[in-house]
Amino acid sequence: MRRLLLAIYALLIVVPLVVIVGGSFKTTADLFASPFGPPTRPTLDNYVTILQKQDLLRVLGNSILVVAVSVPVTLLLGSLVAFAVARLPRWPSRILFGIFALGLAVPAQAVMIPQYVQFDRLGLRNSLTGLMLINVVVTLPVAVFILSGFMRTLPAELFEAAEIDGAGTWAAYRRIAVPVAAPSLAATAIFLVVMHWNDLLYPLLFIDEPGKRTLPLALLDFQGEYLTEYPLLFTGVVVASLPMVLAYAFLQRHFVAGITAGAVKG
Amino acid sequence: MRSSRSLYLFAVPALILYGGFFLLPAAQGLRYATTDWDGYSPTFRNVGAANLTDVVTNDDLFRHALTNNLKFLLVVVLGQTALALLLAVLLAARSRGSTWLRALFFLPTILSSVSVAFIWKFVYDPNFGLANALLRAVGLGRFESSYLGNESTAILWVAVAQIWFHAGQMMVVYIAGINQIPDELYDAAKTDGAGRWQQFRHVTWPMVAPATTLVVAYTTLQSFKAFDLILGLAGNPPRSGLDVLATRIYSTFANSQLGYAAAESIVFMAAIALVTFLQNRAARTVHG
Repeated sequence: MRRLLLAIYALLIVVPLVVIVGGSFKTTADLFASPFGPPTRPTLDNYVTILQKQDLLRVLGNSILVVAVSVPVTLLLGSLVAFAVARLPRWPSRILFGIFALGLAVPAQAVMIPQYVQFDRLGLRNSLTGLMLINVVVTLPVAVFILSGFMRTLPAELFEAAEIDGAGTWAAYRRIAVPVAAPSLAATAIFLVVMHWNDLLYPLLFIDEPGKRTLPLALLDFQGEYLTEYPLLFTGVVVASLPMVLAYAFLQRHFVAGITAGAVKG
Repeated sequence: MRSSRSLYLFAVPALILYGGFFLLPAAQGLRYATTDWDGYSPTFRNVGAANLTDVVTNDDLFRHALTNNLKFLLVVVLGQTALALLLAVLLAARSRGSTWLRALFFLPTILSSVSVAFIWKFVYDPNFGLANALLRAVGLGRFESSYLGNESTAILWVAVAQIWFHAGQMMVVYIAGINQIPDELYDAAKTDGAGRWQQFRHVTWPMVAPATTLVVAYTTLQSFKAFDLILGLAGNPPRSGLDVLATRIYSTFANSQLGYAAAESIVFMAAIALVTFLQNRAARTVHG
């Protein structure tokens, strides 16, 4: 019974994924004729079409650039706050933490309208800088939550010793808190990469110029363009997902730890 | 206290960004909600509470989106929680096979919502989709359906896709909860002659109550945010059968009714606060 249930669910996960990957090497006719079977005449046409017509390398580059900046900045700012939360006296610590905790309860869609007005006025629409900034702002609360949860478990003596030695607060953060918190920073980093890489809301809201799109937005645009040309949609899915899936294959335990910490805390 | 002062400096950069680009706009949203601003004109009129009153009492589109959102919430919370718990119970024991399956079941979580939407768009395609192909293959062709094509049930099929997307993530939360249960409790239950179901009923289920509270709270918030998945499955803007509150706000805004969209955002927040409050009450009653 246990095996049967597990096998059924495993098939429910695997079959659609295999169909998608297989389908990206098929023609539409081939896919419709035998969705589950292997491609009868494997073709790379879908990949060629997407690369040529969609400016895919540019879109991929935009996504990478945004994540490469927004994730380290969120980590740095979030860990500084978390360090302060862990080290401040009781009430200031609670207030600081509470301010950021507020952001966890408010869904992004409830604040996006005034944020749009603000980014428009500041000339941050149609700008990758704008996307980086909004990513940092909306994920700071989760980062603070995860990291302060960890830093609060560190004994105060650890830092006091460093400060008595004449090293300042910055040194205590830099030389003690950061190395000790490395696993928790790594987990948070993975959570942030997945969030920022997959985000659709803000690109949809802020970006109209095709050259400034990120992967999820470009993918959404496919839908209008290739309405039922599923092989092309699937190819887009494969290209957008491949980097995350590869990373997951190698860093699986960290992904599970990071994303679950984000869920539990966020 | 010297160190305390420099600690405040540590929080300053984050506070500036978070305050300036999250708290400030959130407060400005309250102001926009009392206007008829379209989002680009230099002028607008104050309409006071008229927007809010309209959203609550006189807006079929909004009410429809709210109903859809609640249906979606109910199916996802019940379905995803039950499935996650079942998978966790089946996979809690450590073995090579279970480690492997956990990794597989978690996999959809790392995909983007748009990707998951396209996968399920094909599953549900009435003519060429996997679901109908499967039904035909096993001789159940008479149950073929148009899935997303059916106005009144479309949102439930989106809920199924959402469960596929995130059940593995909640499974991990449950596995952590189950692994904290001391073996002695199961030993004692077995000594008393409890079967598998009774062990689950009297040991596992009460002991994972904290995990359940967490999973339900997180899934609830997540189901209010299911914006990307719906746009990916239904197109932009979604038709009314698939509209939820988040997509409704976006459509109103895209339709140059910025003030009204801001008012909808406030009601959206209030709805979430209310649901969360009721859940907390319920959790306290159940767990004592």
